[in-house]
Amino acid sequence: MNSRHDILIVGAGPAGMAAAIELRRLGFAPLVVDEQSAPGGQIWRDVERPRPDALRNALGPDYAAGAEVAGQFRASGVDYRPGTRMWHIEPGLRVFLSQAGKAFVAEPKALLLATGAQERPAPIPGWTLPGVLTVGAAQILMKGSGQIPERPVWIAGSGPLPILYMRQLVAAGGQVAGYLDTTPRGAALRALPHLRSALRGWADLRKGLAWMRALKAGGLHIEKHVTDLVATGTERLEALSYRTADGKAHRVEAEVLLLHEGVVPSIHGTLSVDCAHVWDEAQAALRPALDDWGMTSVEGLYVAGDGAGIAGVRAALARGRLAAQGIAARLGREAGAAEVAGARAELRAASASRGFLDAVFPAPGSSVEIPDDTIVCRCEELTAGEIRAAARIHRGGPNQVKAVTRCGMGPCQGRQCGYTVNRILASAYGQSQADVGFFRIRPPLKPVTLQELAALDEGREAP
Amino acid sequence: MREPDTIVIGAGTVGAAIAYGLARQGQRVLVLDGGDTDFRAARANFGLVWVQGKGRGMPAYQRLTRQSSDLWPGFLEELSEASGGMKIDYERRGGLALTFGENGHQHRADLVAQLERERIADQGSAAGPSDLEMISRPELETLLPELRLGATVSGASFCSRDGHVNPLHLLAALHAGFLRLGGALQGNTRVETIRSESGGFVVTAGQGSWRAARVVIAAGIAGAALGRQVGLDVPIFPQRGQVLVTQRVAPVLPYPCSGLRQTADGTIMIGATKEDVGEDVSTSVRASGWLARKTVDISPDLGRLQLVRHWAGLRTLSPDGCPIYAQSPEWPGVFVVSCHSGVTLAAVHAAVLAPHIAAGALPSEFGPFHHRRFNVQAAR
Amino acid sequence: MFKQLADPARRSFSVFIDGAEVSARDGETVAAVILRAPPHIARHTPVKETPRAPFCLMGVCFDCLATVDGETSVQTCLVEVQPGMKIERPVGKLRITL
Repeated sequence: MNSRHDILIVGAGPAGMAAAIELRRLGFAPLVVDEQSAPGGQIWRDVERPRPDALRNALGPDYAAGAEVAGQFRASGVDYRPGTRMWHIEPGLRVFLSQAGKAFVAEPKALLLATGAQERPAPIPGWTLPGVLTVGAAQILMKGSGQIPERPVWIAGSGPLPILYMRQLVAAGGQVAGYLDTTPRGAALRALPHLRSALRGWADLRKGLAWMRALKAGGLHIEKHVTDLVATGTERLEALSYRTADGKAHRVEAEVLLLHEGVVPSIHGTLSVDCAHVWDEAQAALRPALDDWGMTSVEGLYVAGDGAGIAGVRAALARGRLAAQGIAARLGREAGAAEVAGARAELRAASASRGFLDAVFPAPGSSVEIPDDTIVCRCEELTAGEIRAAARIHRGGPNQVKAVTRCGMGPCQGRQCGYTVNRILASAYGQSQADVGFFRIRPPLKPVTLQELAALDEGREAP
Repeated sequence: MREPDTIVIGAGTVGAAIAYGLARQGQRVLVLDGGDTDFRAARANFGLVWVQGKGRGMPAYQRLTRQSSDLWPGFLEELSEASGGMKIDYERRGGLALTFGENGHQHRADLVAQLERERIADQGSAAGPSDLEMISRPELETLLPELRLGATVSGASFCSRDGHVNPLHLLAALHAGFLRLGGALQGNTRVETIRSESGGFVVTAGQGSWRAARVVIAAGIAGAALGRQVGLDVPIFPQRGQVLVTQRVAPVLPYPCSGLRQTADGTIMIGATKEDVGEDVSTSVRASGWLARKTVDISPDLGRLQLVRHWAGLRTLSPDGCPIYAQSPEWPGVFVVSCHSGVTLAAVHAAVLAPHIAAGALPSEFGPFHHRRFNVQAAR
Repeated sequence: MFKQLADPARRSFSVFIDGAEVSARDGETVAAVILRAPPHIARHTPVKETPRAPFCLMGVCFDCLATVDGETSVQTCLVEVQPGMKIERPVGKLRITL
């Protein structure tokens, strides 16, 4: 069961597939593992499945385009193992994986993490109530299950994804009760300096504007600069309250609320092996420090796709190709100069509108106060007030706060609270988010059972 | 705060317990703590308040450990109040060291007998009844009715003085109690130098410097380098321990075992490796695999549990594994404390050691723990 | 809470959530099915026994953990539903002794 492949790619989204296709073209035989049961990642989740015309049209051409890449990926003859989780990376690139309840190890010469992004946690009071999901989750339900909210749905947050999802939902016959846009006042003005660069990515921007126009024409209820969003209910979501730009408080009944505050790179893998990371001010998130080919500070460990910094699907495809070309060169086979130049040009073009988007949809910073009664750590059910109290007593960083509160110790490993703790501590200590830092990430990156561990050859003798 | 009476270097379990004890004595205490990603044994601790098996060849350590175990319930009550009612999750119902195979059982029985002989020789008629006994597999099964034991489990040694605690809650409560008693805790302050100056000491870290009449070095591994500056050349070295924690489960393990305990939260902790790898806190599957095997050997039922966390910490060890307590002969007023049983000994550190430090002298019961014992051994 | 759009080409079959029969479609995840079956939750947490439902659907929140065909604490958003599957919604801490 153990892998003898020279190259391991983790993630079969756009970047992982593009890298695999390129590596096959260059004559390599990588292993591709992915948690999902089919290729596509989140953006192209379940893209290979045939669908009724109405749903296909609603999801739109950018989604449908993924089927072609998935087809090339399948046709490349690559060794692909779906339903496989990565749970530990040891220095020297020993990668531990698990499939169908069996753990195994891969010892590649090059490891490419194409694990993508996750939605930035959007903590509000009541966000753990059943009935509150992320916008990304709702979109995945639509792609994977042809499933939409039964009744008019409330959507709150900021970013391109809510606009895209609302467009898809309405096209599929769903209804939006209202869009509570939490983008702060003045963001559009601050984005202006980025507009010149963004014009090169004009097609993307025009699409977004057209969606918004169509939604407005369809009578979408939009509230701008919404603050103080609270979800209430006992066993499930029953109502939301919020404050509009004019200072008025509102309360509405609600069955489903979808939240979104942008996306952040998936960094647990690279943090767990102490790769160097940089704090991306514009995206208010960490990303691994990478060379021109996507290699981290750890020899042989590469990152491509949104895990390298949020840049979208086109950039992910280009970064996947570049990482494949870098890995090929490392293993002694140069890709052609034209292919490399092509991938670089494509990455530049695909990244053109990013600065503008980051400025138009800024992440909530440490100045936006999270109410004390908001759950921060969903796993351990700890509130912002408890994190603040720990900060007041122990005056420590995220790891000290984790130790004294259990925040970040649950199965999600801080994926849902890391940035929130960072924000709260930055505000409490008057430090920058970059200086506060992040949790130390330890294995397992995903839970693994003791019997899986015990069945490995590794622990036959005491270390 | 005004000039503190004592500066404690290190806010881990050892430093925090001493600082808390000093504050209870009415001292003004400043604790200087290191950075967020320093080596921190206190954050990696397993949480046993443990007596059995400790102190072979060092009866003073057996005595100190039992004293601390007996002080723990009272210490807990005080600390709980001092910290404003913080949850600590302490329990003292006795603990088990499981044995495997006939040889394992005999081996443990021999150790238990030797420790008992040494204890009685040390304390004579004051020794009191034994708190340590060997138990058979059937007896063990009645103690652990919820757990189907693995085939190789042959029994255990049981010590009625053993217990366990959530070490992170303990640390948090010590900090809170200390602060509520008027102490000052400064984080992110890695002490670089200690020097003597006109009847007191000046401690510096980065741009800051602080003065006090007394200094206690409780900085774990970093204590070696700090001690050397003040005539306290303590031989300590790091030993890596890796620990696993599972998801939360309903109560299944009513007694803590030496390498396996269920926390009040329901998680099961599995530990720990002993690795001489220097200052390296990385984790390995060799360790998690080995610890998982040991656990499944104890009970195959535990195999279904998911591992949720796996970490490594560094024990602060002396050559004989016993604590070091000493005052600098050249610079009286500077103390060093180094041990890897900071949780077990927290009660004695707060209730006994701290008052002696406040008074300025370590009494004879702490004599055997001076690091000069290693020089004597080396000379032999 | 959620409804499915018509898709006659897709095979549908029954699964059981805490014994109740629920209709599911080929290729969807267990979490998606849970969101259509009242009370739309995956579990009550082991910490404070509060109800939780699938939240992120992409494997990073661990709120959709449930028991699937006897296997405990499964991330149901990563598992494709199969005909006849038995899904149980755990309440509180897992019990390991039978």
